[in-house]
Amino acid sequence: MKPSIFGYEAPTSLEDAIRLLAGDTDAVVLAGGQTLLPAMNFRAANPSLLVDIQHIQGLRGIAVGADGIVVKAMVRHREFELDQDVLCANPLVAEVIQHVAHVPIRTRGTVVGSLCHADPSAEIPLLLVLLGGSVIAQGPSGTREIAAEDFFQSFLTTARSHDEIVIEARFPLLPRRAGWAFDEVTRRHGDYAVVGVGCVVSLDGSGCAERVRLAACGIADRPIRLKDAEAILTGTALGISDLDAAAEASVAAVTQPDDINVSQSYRRRALGALIRRMVVKAAQRAGSAQHAESVA
Amino acid sequence: MTRPMKQAGSARSGDAQVDVELTVNGEAIRRSVSVRMLLSDFLRHELGLTGTHVGCEHGVCGCCTVLIDGKPGRSCLTLAVQANGYSIRTIESVAAADGTLHPVQQAFKECHGLQCGYCTPGMVMNVLGRFEEEGPLDLSDDGIRELLSGNLCRCTGYLNIVAAVRRAAELLGRS
Repeated sequence: MKPSIFGYEAPTSLEDAIRLLAGDTDAVVLAGGQTLLPAMNFRAANPSLLVDIQHIQGLRGIAVGADGIVVKAMVRHREFELDQDVLCANPLVAEVIQHVAHVPIRTRGTVVGSLCHADPSAEIPLLLVLLGGSVIAQGPSGTREIAAEDFFQSFLTTARSHDEIVIEARFPLLPRRAGWAFDEVTRRHGDYAVVGVGCVVSLDGSGCAERVRLAACGIADRPIRLKDAEAILTGTALGISDLDAAAEASVAAVTQPDDINVSQSYRRRALGALIRRMVVKAAQRAGSAQHAESVA
Repeated sequence: MTRPMKQAGSARSGDAQVDVELTVNGEAIRRSVSVRMLLSDFLRHELGLTGTHVGCEHGVCGCCTVLIDGKPGRSCLTLAVQANGYSIRTIESVAAADGTLHPVQQAFKECHGLQCGYCTPGMVMNVLGRFEEEGPLDLSDDGIRELLSGNLCRCTGYLNIVAAVRRAAELLGRS
């Protein structure tokens, strides 16, 4: 047997699942298990109890409404990626998810599970932060909504209490006529990002940036909104000097030290390069061919 | 943050067993399994279906890929108890009863898409699952390489495997 000894429960109600978590501080929620099971196979994770939530009613399905996309706890990455309503309402989702591992992992791993695992290099947490989404956590005393920027606290650490289950995530729609882009630097396709950057841009009538949102993963202990860069770019024509200034202002956001993959200075250069590319790509999609020529 | 004290009795010394019912290659299976038994080990050790290969046992190599409710998934990253109620398909179900190869297998044979063959069951199940999935299939070189990106081969260098996927698409009328 690869994993060490653990207990297993498959409750059919949320209340029972929460009770099981509350009764055992070493209990862990099992959804898709695509991060938890490798860790258990290495015996890097040794939970005392797995609470398998897949048989609980009401944790399946995606709902696209006027105020956003609701993704329930058992929705797999692949469902989110291929959902046609999601594709229409927020095409950034599919662009991001195509970078999450490989299809046979995405058919099992869940969107909410990735959020709760909170790997700072992971793409889905970045998506939630970039869009300004939130999660709904349910615990013994009821439910609460936690904004993305409050949810991710540190490496593998979220604002979720031990006895809470995140029952859904809420991803906002893209603003009307906004352009979007996401890309990442990795050693191999499907790996966690060395650095990933997502961008959403809205342009005004004159082709200037009315609203810019930028976020990055892989640079710190959590996904980071690049607010200094956003402020620099907002109101500009997104010219080369604006992009350079935005990239320069983001250098300090890279706090991840040298590691086995790359040095910190490499991460900083990669972040700058991705910011430039993603802002240009998002702006092009927002409909500014004129701007694209000026930076080409 | 204070957490409740761990309750006495929550430490586990025994290997918990759970009854599972699932369908494997069309056959209904009932077994009592250890909760920590991986689906890959369940298929191989309990059911003797050794066509599902085990390489890395942490989701990287793709050898153990089977169809879980029709979708390709890692049997080494799935507990047997998680498959309770599911329908599993393994490589043993792919060729016809008389030994006639499935078009995907035939294509791998024709194009020499294997050498040692260790990765091939996972490759075939992944490709099969993607061919059976609804929606468009990207059969460009990049698209096929993306399709195969979760399966490692250490013999062939992938050129013949890419050719095999394209040939399989022809045989299945998907090109």
